[in-house]
Amino acid sequence: MNSITQKNKILRPGLGFDVFNTVFMLVIIVVTLYPFWYCLIGSLNEGYDYLKGGVFLLPRAFSWENYRIVLREERLITAYRVTISRTVIGTVTHLIFTAIFAYGITRKYLLGRSIYLKYAMFTMYFGGGLIPTYLLYINLNLINSFWVYIIPSLFSFYHVIILQSFFKTIPEALNESAMIDGAGEYRIFFSIIVPLSKPVMAAIALFTGVGHWNAYFDSMVFTTSTSLQTVQVYLMRIIREVEFAAKMAAESADLIPGLRRPNAETIKLATMIVATAPILAIYPFLQKYFVKGIMMGSIKG
Amino acid sequence: MNNLAVLPNETKKTKHTKRFKIDKKQLEAQSMVWPGLIFLLIFSYIPMYGLIIAFKDFNLIDGYFGSPWVGLEFFKEFLSYPRFLQVLRNSLAINIMQLFFSFPVPIVFALLLNEIKNIGFKRVVQTVSYLPHFVSWVIFGGLVTVILDPKGIINFILTSLKVIDVPVLFLGKPEYFWTIVVFAGVAKGFGWGSIIYLAAISGVDQSLYDAATVDGAGRFMKMWHVTLPSIKGTIVILLIFNISGIIKTGFDQVWMLHNVLNQSTSETIEVYVYKMGLVNLRYSFATAVGLSQSVVSIILLMLSNSFSRKISGESLY
Repeated sequence: MNSITQKNKILRPGLGFDVFNTVFMLVIIVVTLYPFWYCLIGSLNEGYDYLKGGVFLLPRAFSWENYRIVLREERLITAYRVTISRTVIGTVTHLIFTAIFAYGITRKYLLGRSIYLKYAMFTMYFGGGLIPTYLLYINLNLINSFWVYIIPSLFSFYHVIILQSFFKTIPEALNESAMIDGAGEYRIFFSIIVPLSKPVMAAIALFTGVGHWNAYFDSMVFTTSTSLQTVQVYLMRIIREVEFAAKMAAESADLIPGLRRPNAETIKLATMIVATAPILAIYPFLQKYFVKGIMMGSIKG
Repeated sequence: MNNLAVLPNETKKTKHTKRFKIDKKQLEAQSMVWPGLIFLLIFSYIPMYGLIIAFKDFNLIDGYFGSPWVGLEFFKEFLSYPRFLQVLRNSLAINIMQLFFSFPVPIVFALLLNEIKNIGFKRVVQTVSYLPHFVSWVIFGGLVTVILDPKGIINFILTSLKVIDVPVLFLGKPEYFWTIVVFAGVAKGFGWGSIIYLAAISGVDQSLYDAATVDGAGRFMKMWHVTLPSIKGTIVILLIFNISGIIKTGFDQVWMLHNVLNQSTSETIEVYVYKMGLVNLRYSFATAVGLSQSVVSIILLMLSNSFSRKISGESLY
């Protein structure tokens, strides 16, 4: 009895802070999630009704019409195809290209190793910038080519650093015994190192994949054809170019029978939801791998 | 003396054997790194070489070699533009504000989160706060635009509370742009930014806290005297990174929120380079602006690094 009251006395000074802290964290959760919720309910509301304003908690006039308009858009489907292709191809090629380099550069007997490292390190601090890069892509015929999404992002020295610090933890004895058995470096890499490095490979694959999924700049700057447009660029045009969504609304009114006065605003919201949904759906399951990944990267620093 | 006499001979020997050690293993390892090295040559070093067009009057027909040299003409030109000074001011204002908020907020957040004792709740907060980092700037910018719309929730709350009488188009007012863009940047990044501090905090020796408890230290005393000093190294390293970035703004966050109405405060160096170079096709001029920016940020990185090495013994290289 006595000990309990004593405990309460000790706890009490901190109690106010605990309450404040918990409330503060709850506010953060609400403020972060609300914008997504707002988009969702707006997109599920009738367009004309939404324009009257005040749709903040639940859809007022529930309707699927915005999604009917958005999902029949050829351009969105093409954009999804481009984004998915670049994400899959880009991530796989990046992982192979970067990981092989990272394994090679951790070999201590590699001649020129320290020069190679300095040579690569320098590119982290200094670069040519936008215009020289653009001119280079013109010369390489990468402008208006799907490969502009893949080739320039094959390699990342930052990822090499993360991989390197992981590879260093793999015991050298494994390599030596495989060498004695007659395995070459490629064989060792693919059948010993890769299986052992699954966690770090997964983390890098996720970072790269999200990067590809979210990329818009290369698509905006280096391509002009709509057949190469990514989801993000399509979305950017809907959000930023007022006429773009308005035209869509006007066209769909003629094409889809039974629509009640659709408008650009709710079409915008529905497109945002369609573009965000995949990320929101898989994010909670992958979150811990991302965290692991950044931890692995920060060990070095 | 005897030892010294032997030494040169020995080094010669090892050198000798090394030279002939280019065996299968060596060739394989070399073949693993050369694709990467060639990649960097093409995609990093050639553009660096391409920076010479800042000193030339570049045109696509004459190319890098044929275009005539003009020296520092383009540098003089942009420095004399009133519009450039405005752009520079915007970049610096946004970045200094950003540094002021985006640097300490994750630290404070990590410290507060560390005080949440319920593991489940803590995990939920973490998951939610990391989320904006994984959403693209296109979507995040879109969310900010929607929320700040005259019909959006912010205007609704402000008019309900009678803070303002009529809804305001926040993104159309140049005077609000810096606040909005910095707030958006902090909101998107603080959760993710806190991970590194949480990791550092979890590495602090528990016995230090126990000792502090014995000495009668309260919660805030422990934060101030134990946690903060223990994660000082991490804080300094990230501060160096932040300071070197003071002249570089993220292109994305400004690009997604800027528009014709707020142009006077929203045009940063990156946006200016993009418009000048790829919209107006003034390649050399834009390159000169971009190059100046890179040089200033490298100087800042080196300055802040050597400063921190003197002050705290922490440095990047």
